[in-house]
Amino acid sequence: MKFGVVVFPGSNCDHDAFYAIGNVLKKPVEFIWHQSQDLANCDAIILPGGFSYGDYLRTGAIARFSPVMKSVEKFAKSGGMVLGICNGFQILCEAGLLPGAMMRNSGLRFICRHVHIRVEQTDTPFTNAAQKGQILKIPIAHSDGNYNCDEATLADLEKNHQVIFHYTTSNGSDDNAGNPNGAVHNIAGVCNRGRNVAGLMPHPERAVESSLGSADGLVIFHSMVEALVGAAKATA
Amino acid sequence: MATASTEIRVTPEIAAEHGVTREEYARIQQILSRDPNITELGIFSVMWSEHCSYKSSKVHLKRLPTRGKLVVQGPGENAGVVDIGDGLVAAFKIESHNHPSYVEPFQGATTGVGGILRDIFTMGARPIAVLDSLRFGEITASKHTSKPDAAKNRRILDGVIRGVGSYGNCFGVPTVGGEVAFEPCYSQNPLVNALALGIAKKEEIFLAKAKGIGNPVIYVGAKTGRDGIHGASLLASAEFTEESKQKRPNVQVGDPFMEKLLLEACLEAMQTGAIVAIQDMGAAGLTCSTMEMASRGGTGIEIDLGKVPQRETSMTPYEIMLSESQERMLLVAEKGREHEVLAVFKKWGLDAVVVGQVTEGGIARINNNGRVAAEIPAHPLAEEGPVYNRPIVGPAPRIEREKDWFAFAPEGTNLTSDFVKLLASPAIASKRWITEQYDTSVRTNTLAGPGESDAAVVRIKDPKTGTVKRALALSTDGNGRWCQLNPRLGAMHAVAEAARNVAASGARPIAATNCLNFGSPEKPEVMWQFSQTIDGLAEACSALGTPITGGNVSFYNETLGKSIYPTPVIGVLGILDDASQVLKIAFHNEGDLILVLDGSISSVGGQHAPPLLGTQREFSSSEYSKAIAGIVAGEPPAIDLAAEKRLQDCLVALAAEGAVQSAHDISDGGVAVTLAESSFAPVGTGMARPALSANVALNDGVPAEAALFNERGARAIVSVIPSKLAAVLDTARQYNVAAQQIGQVTRGDAFRIEYKGHAVINSSVVALRDAWAHSLERTLTSK
Repeated sequence: MKFGVVVFPGSNCDHDAFYAIGNVLKKPVEFIWHQSQDLANCDAIILPGGFSYGDYLRTGAIARFSPVMKSVEKFAKSGGMVLGICNGFQILCEAGLLPGAMMRNSGLRFICRHVHIRVEQTDTPFTNAAQKGQILKIPIAHSDGNYNCDEATLADLEKNHQVIFHYTTSNGSDDNAGNPNGAVHNIAGVCNRGRNVAGLMPHPERAVESSLGSADGLVIFHSMVEALVGAAKATA
Repeated sequence: MATASTEIRVTPEIAAEHGVTREEYARIQQILSRDPNITELGIFSVMWSEHCSYKSSKVHLKRLPTRGKLVVQGPGENAGVVDIGDGLVAAFKIESHNHPSYVEPFQGATTGVGGILRDIFTMGARPIAVLDSLRFGEITASKHTSKPDAAKNRRILDGVIRGVGSYGNCFGVPTVGGEVAFEPCYSQNPLVNALALGIAKKEEIFLAKAKGIGNPVIYVGAKTGRDGIHGASLLASAEFTEESKQKRPNVQVGDPFMEKLLLEACLEAMQTGAIVAIQDMGAAGLTCSTMEMASRGGTGIEIDLGKVPQRETSMTPYEIMLSESQERMLLVAEKGREHEVLAVFKKWGLDAVVVGQVTEGGIARINNNGRVAAEIPAHPLAEEGPVYNRPIVGPAPRIEREKDWFAFAPEGTNLTSDFVKLLASPAIASKRWITEQYDTSVRTNTLAGPGESDAAVVRIKDPKTGTVKRALALSTDGNGRWCQLNPRLGAMHAVAEAARNVAASGARPIAATNCLNFGSPEKPEVMWQFSQTIDGLAEACSALGTPITGGNVSFYNETLGKSIYPTPVIGVLGILDDASQVLKIAFHNEGDLILVLDGSISSVGGQHAPPLLGTQREFSSSEYSKAIAGIVAGEPPAIDLAAEKRLQDCLVALAAEGAVQSAHDISDGGVAVTLAESSFAPVGTGMARPALSANVALNDGVPAEAALFNERGARAIVSVIPSKLAAVLDTARQYNVAAQQIGQVTRGDAFRIEYKGHAVINSSVVALRDAWAHSLERTLTSK
C-alpha cells in the first residue's frame, strides 16, 4: 500500500501528514506535486492542511483548479480513498467532492487548541477502527472552520449518515460547548455518499504521539490502513 | 561617472532630510572623491542610518562575549549559528520592528516576523519556531494612562497579535512562546521583538559573501514596489512626532504565502550546490544586500536595475534601491550553473532573474538602462561608516525616602483579595487568549507550547531518518522597569531569567541573542543606560555560559522627547539531550511534595540572608508593588550569578534524572504566583484532571508580602513524588542548592499559603484560576 500527500503551493501540514504516516505508522508515503498528471499509484490520498495559494479569494478556491485535482477527482469518483484535513477539507468542498462550504470562524479569529470530536459513524475507511461514540482529543488550527450548508443539504447529510465527527466536550456531554467555530450542527467532519471521501477540520496528523499532547488521531490512520489491507485482500 | 541631468540635485537641505549630518556628508564626499548624486545619497543614508550601521552602539557592542565552544557563527551574519550535535546546527536571532508597529500595527508586526524568518532561511536553515516578545502601554485607564490611550493601546495590541499570528500561521512555523508586558512608557512606542529558530546541517550553512569574479547575481522573490521606502532611516532611526501618522507609506507590507514559496524554493535551490552566497533583502532592500554581500566578499558588484522585476511603473533608481518590498532575496550563483537555480524558482512560481554579476575591484556599480545610476566603493560604504562614541552622562542619583516605598501590611493581614488582583493584572494574567491565535503545533515538533513550561520546547527530527533524540528550548525575557531603576542590574536579571527559564524546562543554556530597545542615542542619559546595560549583559552572559551570537539594536524609541524604559530583551537557547525529559510547570499528583530550590543559600544549613538593600526598597521594584500599590521605586533585587548558575545546573540534572514531576521558576509575582500557576492546569482544553492546589507554609524574617511576592532570582519550585524526595535532595546537595519542602499538592479546591502561622492566602483555586484565566480576554474584548 502507498499513501500520497498532495503538496499545493502554500500547503504547510504536508510534512506533518508525511511524518505521521511514514515515521509513526511506518507505512509507505510519497509527496504528490500539485502539477502532477497522476497520483503515482497511491492507494490513498491526503489533501493536507495549510494555506494553499495563501487562501487568496477563498480558502481552497484556487487549489481546486490545480492540475492534480483532475486525477484526485477521477480517483475519488472511482471509489479511491481521499482524506482532506483542514485546508484539504476546504479544497474538497470547493471541488464539489464534499457537500457544504467553510466560513470564517464565528469568533472571527484564528484558533489553535485541542478540541474533542465524537466518532459518529464507523462504517467508513477513516473510522472503521474506532468505536461509535468514541471521543478523540485532536488539535484545530484555523480561522475558517465554520462548516456551513443549507437546510436541504443538512437533512441529506443526516439521512445518509454522512456526518462522521461532531465537536463535543471532553466527556461528550455538550456538543454546543465543544464547538470552537460555530459550525452548523457542531459538524467537525463529513464524508460523501460513497463514503470514500472525507474531510475534517481538526488535525489528526498532529495527534499521533502522546508527547505532543494526544495520540487519539492514530485511530483515523489505522482505519485507513485496515481498509487498504481489506481492499488488497478482496482483490487478491 | 554617475550622471543624470533630469535627477534631483543634492543640496545640504536634501542631505539633512535624509538624516545625513554635515560630517557624514563630508565623509561621503571623501569616499567618492566627489559629491553624491541623489541615488547615492539615498544609499548612503540608509546604510549609515542607525538601524543599519549601528553607529551609536558599535563601540559598546564590542564588550559583549560572542565566542564559545559551540558557536559556529557569531554576530555579523544574518543570524547566529550554534552547534547542537549530530552534525546539526541551530540558527537563531531576535530582531525588532518597533516603529512600524506603532504606525501600522498589523503590517508592522507581520513584516517583523517575515524579516526574521528570512534571516534564518537565508542561512540555509529551515525555521522551526518563532517567539514574540511584545510590550505595550497600559490597556486599562490608570493615573498614567487616559481612557482613549488605553483603548488605543488595546487596538495596537490587537493589530500586533493578529499580525504576528497571520504571518507565522500562513508561513507554517509554530509561534511557540514569547512574552507580553505592559508599562505606561510603551504607549506610543510599543516594542515588537520577534525571534526565529531554524535547523540546518552543519556543512550546509550558507553565508552572504559574494565571491567568484563573473559569478551571476540573481534576484528572486516578490516584485519590487514603492512600499517601505526609507523604512530603515526614517522610521527606525528617528523618534516619533506629531506628524508620525504620515509615515504610513514607509511601513512595509507582508505576504506570508510568497515567503513560504520563497522558503521552499531557496532550500531546494541550495541543494543544487550552485549557490555561492545568499542574503535576504530586509531593511534597505536591494541596497543593503548588494553592498553587504560585496563588502563581506571583498569584491565588487554590478547590477542593472532594468532587469529587476517591478510591480509599479516608472520607478526611479532611488526608489528601486531603497524599496523595502518584502519576500525578496539576492543570491550569487556559480557561473554556468544559473539555469539550475532559475529552474527551481520557476517551479515554485517565483520571479528569478540574473540582474548582474560579481566584479573585481570592490566597486558597486548600479546601472539603469544603460546609464550608471550609482557607483560606490562597497567596503567603505558597508564597513567604514560613521562610528560614534556618544557622550555618556549618568542621571543624578535618585533620592528616595521610606514614604516613596511600598508599605507592608500588619502581620497576619489576609492578602487573598490583593493576590486575586495581582493574578488578574495584565502582566501576570494568562496570555492564553493571545497565544491561541497562533498556530503553536504545526510541524509537529512542539513539546511545550505557551504556558506549558517555562521555556518553549521543540524537538529535533533527524533530517534523514526523522528520529527524535534531542530538543531545543527557547525563552525571551526582559524587564524594562528594572532596567529603568538600575540598567546594569536589570540587564543581568534579563539574562539570568531567560537562562533560568530554559533550565526549568530541563534544557542546558548554550547561547543567547539580544534585542536592545532604547530611547535616543543623542541623549547622554540614554547612552549611559545603554553602556550600563552592555556591562550587565556581558557579565551575566559570561558567568552563565551564554555567548551572544547576534541580535539587533533599536534606538529612538521615544515620542515627543519621552523615551521608553531601557529594555534589553534576551533570547536564550538551550539543548535538552533527551527530548522525553521535558519539564513542565503543572502539578501532577495529589500528595506530591512542593520544594523551593534556592541557589543562593548554601545547602549546608544557613539562614536566608536579608536583602542587601533593605526589604522595602527592594520590594518597591516588584510587580506586586506596582499592581497593588501603584509604586515603582527602589532597586531590583541584588543578583548572584554563581547562585543562578548552580540552580540552572541543578534543574538540568533533575530533568535528566527524571526526578521531579514539575518545575517552575520564581520570577514575576514571586513564589505565590509560581505556586498558583502550577496549580492551574492547562485551561480551556477541558482537561479531565481533578482540581489540584497547594497547601504551603512559609516562614522568613520579613513581612508576608515580601516573602510571598519578592522577585529575587536563583529560585524555582519543583514538585516531587514522596518516594523520590531523597534523590532530589541528594542532587540539590551536589549542586550546592538549598532544597526546602514548603508543602504539598492537594486535591480539591483549597489554595492555601500560611505565613508565620497565619493563613495569609486562603482561597478557592477555581476562583483564583478564573481571575487569572479570563482577565485579559475580558479587557481586550471590551469596548
